[in-house]
Amino acid sequence: MNTMTSLQRVLTALGQKEPDRVPLFLLLTMHGAKELGMSIKEYFSKGENVAKGQLLLREKYGNDCYYAFFYAPIEVEAWGADVIYREDGPPNSGEPLIKNIDDILKLKPPVVKGNLALEKNLECIRLLKENGADEVPIIGVVMSPFSLPVMQMGFEKYLILMHEHPETFEHLMKLNEEFIVSWANAQIEAGATAITYFDPVSSTSIIPRELFLKTGFQIAKRTISKINGPTAIHLASGRCLPIIDDLAQTGTAIVGTSVLEDLVEVKSQCNGRLTVLGNLNGIEMCRWTKREAENAVKDAIDKAAAGGGFILSDNHGEIPYQVSDEIIMTIAETTRKYGKYPLKR
Amino acid sequence: MGSSKDIIYEFEKALLSLDKIETKRLLNNENINLTPNEIVSQIVVPAMERIGESWQEGNLALSQIYMSGRICETLIDELLDSSSNKRKNQPNMGIAVLDDFHFLGKRIIHSQIRSAGFEIKDYGRKTVEGLVSSIIEDKIEIIFISTLMYPSALSIKLVKEKLSDLAPNVKIIVGGAPFNMDKKLWKEVGADAMGSDGVEALKFINQIIKE
Repeated sequence: MNTMTSLQRVLTALGQKEPDRVPLFLLLTMHGAKELGMSIKEYFSKGENVAKGQLLLREKYGNDCYYAFFYAPIEVEAWGADVIYREDGPPNSGEPLIKNIDDILKLKPPVVKGNLALEKNLECIRLLKENGADEVPIIGVVMSPFSLPVMQMGFEKYLILMHEHPETFEHLMKLNEEFIVSWANAQIEAGATAITYFDPVSSTSIIPRELFLKTGFQIAKRTISKINGPTAIHLASGRCLPIIDDLAQTGTAIVGTSVLEDLVEVKSQCNGRLTVLGNLNGIEMCRWTKREAENAVKDAIDKAAAGGGFILSDNHGEIPYQVSDEIIMTIAETTRKYGKYPLKR
Repeated sequence: MGSSKDIIYEFEKALLSLDKIETKRLLNNENINLTPNEIVSQIVVPAMERIGESWQEGNLALSQIYMSGRICETLIDELLDSSSNKRKNQPNMGIAVLDDFHFLGKRIIHSQIRSAGFEIKDYGRKTVEGLVSSIIEDKIEIIFISTLMYPSALSIKLVKEKLSDLAPNVKIIVGGAPFNMDKKLWKEVGADAMGSDGVEALKFINQIIKE
């Protein structure tokens, strides 16, 4: 039997203490469409659908958050870019809205209020807040100002911008920071408990630490300090270990870790400064047997759950559509059974 | 000028520092007395191998691989004019992003293969049907397929199925995040091999040439 609400459980873990059991964030996005018998495109067309989907998913699996994330390109959609849907996976961004580096100087960030793409996301958060009765954390999401250009202009052009056009890069960061702060705060105002700050480009899988310290790190510090609520930095499968000490200085409370890194080492490096979120392998999950799912959950709990400061989730921030309900249920049940504090060894 | 080991090290260092002038100076064949093909095989490829190893060990970032590959490609283009006969005798090769909108991985591999003196057709983004048609039309012998999204990786199964009937000898080499996360996935989609980087792609090309 649960002795804590999901919110209490998560807050206790964030306080580096052991709650009644290991908190579980099932970061399910598209599975809500399956619950409602809708296509992915139809599902994401209304905030009401996603709110219903999240309520049904939590009722089914009993995890510890509502995940108000729609799809990665929602921010560029707000800037006017196309979103391309597919039947079996997350929507992608279409043609980049910045074709040439000079276009950046003419850009104007969108206003959050009244923007159709963002308003449907805010509507979802408001509905979840009405239904969550303050017992379940609602996780809002932003793409960091530093990582957003991958979708705004394409990765290759962005790397060239970053390395060869420092002034225009700074200009774009200024625009993106203004927009993302306002977008994050609109989500907090609508009822989000915390904001996941997705920043894959800051990972040392993508750029070296020296460059991160001059760019993504400064941007994260500035942006996070202006968000009116707690944040989790998520590097979306990218490595975080070489920059853990830096991430701890950004003001964030949580770090999403990669399956490429050892949870024991990540937990030890966080050293009580950050809560570890992770790191079940979302890709392997697609073909896991029940036994493999159980073992993966037990292994992660064994490695990182002692003493609190740990939330179990996948390593990418989105569980693939191909993961079966049976495996998700196994993850949830194993966490409830094996993740009870005090942990059995 | 120092030993070839020193030059490889200096060249790698200059690439990672994005020092274009120094890379050009190091490869100047008046200084090192090597033919263009020897420069590629004795300096550029070994430096790329060292960079690839560091990437696989998690000690280098994707941006460094991309930017160094970009510099290398320009240098090699100057050394080996693609229209001349200096580029290697090689299998007919192509590279594409399948059903996906993420091009950086493909760009990096394309650039590294060209930096090693090979030619490769860049198909950009293709659907399953479009890619199979191009492979047949261009008589491709090795196709490199890059994906970032998991569903796109699964689409490679369809390419394999279609090629099994139409061109069963075509070798499919896959790469991208889903394959790095799940080391068994390349077999599941019916590929002949997976590569984490351009160096692994080059090893595969050389293996095919030997066969």
